[in-house]
Amino acid sequence: MLEIRDLYKVFNAGTVNEKMALSGLNLTLEDSDFVTVIGGNGAGKSTMLNMISGVFPSDAGKILLDDIDITNMREHRRAKYLGRVFQDPMMGTAATMSIEENLAMAFRRTRRRGLAWGVKHDEKQRYREVVASLGLGLEDRMTTKVGLLSGGQRQAITLLMATLQKPKLLLLDEHTAALDPKTAAKVLELTETFIQKEKLTTLMITHNMKDALRLGNRIIMMHNGRIIFEAAGEEKEKLTVADLLKMFEKASGGEFANDRMLLT
Amino acid sequence: MTQFLSSLPGAVAQGIIWGIMAIGVFITFKILDIPDLTVDGSFSTGGAVLVTTVTAGLNVWAALLLAFAAGCAAGFVTGTFHTKFGIPAILAGILTQLALYSINLRILGGLANMPLSYRNFSLLLSLSDIPRALIVGGLFAVVVIALLYWFFGTEVGHALRATGCNQMMARANGVNTNITKMAGIVISNGIVALAGALLAQYQGFTDINMGRGAIVIGLAAVIIGEVLFSRIFHNFALRLLSAVIGGVVYYCVITLVLRLGLNANDLKLLTALVVAVFLGIPYWQRQFTGGKVKIDPSAQGGDANA
Repeated sequence: MLEIRDLYKVFNAGTVNEKMALSGLNLTLEDSDFVTVIGGNGAGKSTMLNMISGVFPSDAGKILLDDIDITNMREHRRAKYLGRVFQDPMMGTAATMSIEENLAMAFRRTRRRGLAWGVKHDEKQRYREVVASLGLGLEDRMTTKVGLLSGGQRQAITLLMATLQKPKLLLLDEHTAALDPKTAAKVLELTETFIQKEKLTTLMITHNMKDALRLGNRIIMMHNGRIIFEAAGEEKEKLTVADLLKMFEKASGGEFANDRMLLT
Repeated sequence: MTQFLSSLPGAVAQGIIWGIMAIGVFITFKILDIPDLTVDGSFSTGGAVLVTTVTAGLNVWAALLLAFAAGCAAGFVTGTFHTKFGIPAILAGILTQLALYSINLRILGGLANMPLSYRNFSLLLSLSDIPRALIVGGLFAVVVIALLYWFFGTEVGHALRATGCNQMMARANGVNTNITKMAGIVISNGIVALAGALLAQYQGFTDINMGRGAIVIGLAAVIIGEVLFSRIFHNFALRLLSAVIGGVVYYCVITLVLRLGLNANDLKLLTALVVAVFLGIPYWQRQFTGGKVKIDPSAQGGDANA
């Protein structure tokens, strides 16, 4: 369970560029909740994910994960609880390391590293199987450097890495936005499969409102660093893209702040 | 020409020792993606520690170990400047390198150079016995490569490689990137100091300026090795070996151009230019082919965060 209480984050405090990225954010996710997050540029979506994963410190508020206070925990320490997939397909994997080495890194996310082999022999077979489950034919290229793979393939591997050790929370930051439509659909399909199979608690940022409505059991809309609308269960099922756009228009003062939302 | 050929074995022996130093540079420059300038100082530190301790009566193996440890300590200081003081890696290395000049003088008791004759002490290698120097240097290179091959295959070694490649990914997978960077810089400088200690024995003296330009020679060796072997050597141990061979090639070429009449005073100028050109080649290739630009892993994705 994730609990965010009164979370604040100000960037460039005290300068003309001061920006309140999160202003009193409150959010609770029950176990196996799958929440889609929408909102315009600068709404605070990515900042929220970065706060949860510890990329920057928060200015006020608390973040609890299964009652563990992770608010001030260092990024690499809380990594053992979190699975993360980034917007940039290059970001989630190490390009100069092989597929199996990348997976081995992810497998050791939850434990202390020592001087044992980085990839043990019996792990290799296991990794081959999970990679085969992606259905991308990568299982025959386990020792290929990840840098030689396409963006979609790398994102699929990142997804696998994020879920190899079941995370308490899966964070997806527009993880299909940089992919071509066909690849994006495939990665999204894999995402759904993983989440359903392991009943993962998930926060997924997306700019695609159809996806935001189709996927997950809850939806939240952010604006100016807080949640301005949320819906769950049946109420969410009934929502349409037009409803969301209307809501968004109202929130942003009658104008569309974000062209990308129109395109979806 | 015969003169050149007769001086070749010596050039190879010296090249191997500088090649071991290049392995240290390889760790920071290639694996961690940090150009660490500490090596100019820590190479001299290695020589200074070895000569003073052996002169004081210490066993040469113990002296080598001390030299290695002193290099590690120098790396620790640079690592601390970088990870705890937030100083950019290049500047952190320059600061340590400058500080090491004073420290090396203190180790040498205020002298700028100090002799170490193989006649008075039992040394591992010396230019008076080049075949032996080749064997000893070669063995050291092989042992260092074997140990590093093992280390970079371990969990910690993988964490280090991931840190050099993509810090964001490393942290997301539970790696404390400050510690891995520190470890890499420490090991690198330990090896560099070890090479300095070997060179001091080989040439029979140590000099406060022995390490001047070591980073450039190290880079030259790494780059030459890469240019010559990157298409055939993919295994990590072989890539380290190619850095050593790069050092040997570098010294053979230097010996040749000196024989051909290059003024020895112009040597560092030539080395710097050659390294600059070779560092430029991959950049020019990208400009011409319009190939893929490396994406900065520290850049933030998603929406503007500020």
